[in-house]
Amino acid sequence: MAEHIVPRRTYYLVYLALLLCTYLTWQVSVFDLGPMNTVTALAIAVFKAAIVVLFFMHVKYATRLTWLVVFGSVFWLGILLALTFSDYLTRGWRTYG
Amino acid sequence: MPDRRSSNPAAASAAAPLGAGRPAASGPRLSAQTAGVVEHPALAHQFDDLEQQREASTLGMWVFLVTEVLFFGGMFAAYSLYRGWYPDAFAAASHELVVWAGAVNTTVLITSSLTMALAVHAAQTGERRQLLLFLLATIALGLVFLGIKAFEYRTEYVEHHVPGLGFEFEPMYFRHAQLFFSLYFLMTGLHALHMVIGIGIMAVMAWWSWRGIITREYYSPIEISGLYWHFVDIVWIFLFPLLYLIGRHLH
Repeated sequence: MAEHIVPRRTYYLVYLALLLCTYLTWQVSVFDLGPMNTVTALAIAVFKAAIVVLFFMHVKYATRLTWLVVFGSVFWLGILLALTFSDYLTRGWRTYG
Repeated sequence: MPDRRSSNPAAASAAAPLGAGRPAASGPRLSAQTAGVVEHPALAHQFDDLEQQREASTLGMWVFLVTEVLFFGGMFAAYSLYRGWYPDAFAAASHELVVWAGAVNTTVLITSSLTMALAVHAAQTGERRQLLLFLLATIALGLVFLGIKAFEYRTEYVEHHVPGLGFEFEPMYFRHAQLFFSLYFLMTGLHALHMVIGIGIMAVMAWWSWRGIITREYYSPIEISGLYWHFVDIVWIFLFPLLYLIGRHLH
């Protein structure tokens, strides 16, 4: 990675987007959307995390090796969640709701 | 402190053939040494140049952050599991939190991430005064966050929402609301611990900036401390909706 100086303008735009998303998630949460409440909240959170990682944490401008490690963190988190829930969600003696 | 390496041009030239023989090395990276240019005092001897050193620092920090993702990931898994089992109790318990304080704290943390990003920018452009100011702003916002968090904990203590013998809640959800509050205190507590550590790191960074150790060429400490700070921000970005907002639609 050649040294890349992100312009301040980008930081301000990301900041604005983060504030808007926070406001959005706050407003949406008062409606009863059933399971969609969690889906919306998580979708907004993932978007916020993504722009923080890409711009504030400079991953957009980073080396491929860094990309790989960042992707690896998400991948291993996926394994952690998938294996955990493949157990708990398939136990017949519990009902969900 | 005088530079150990620059006073020894023989070492620099001796390193050049080794580096030149590496097939993967890119051209510009070697130019500093092959030309016998004086090395930067902050360059550790195992690196070819500052860029390589910077890349190694960034990568190392990211590898650490992977372990942090999994560390918090385990708690998010526990949270998801119990919330899946007891959704009504979790919503009712979440409804008792000081939601506005959580929202204000989210804004405070996001703002601190902005000041952190601007601190890195100031370090990259060599604006020492601005760097110091943005680092101090980040510390101040971190302290505001912890202050509001302390106010919340106090509220929950007074309202008997700390799990244990003094816990009080409507009988229907008594046991499972304790699960929610256990997870709440565990997750926000560990997050707050990360904030305390982050503030400590930023204090050291401010000290280094004041001393002039951080320069335009050597700003990796600011960069990777920033990575840590932003990571802690991201954890909160997930904690806020999952802990505070799941009961808002109830009343």
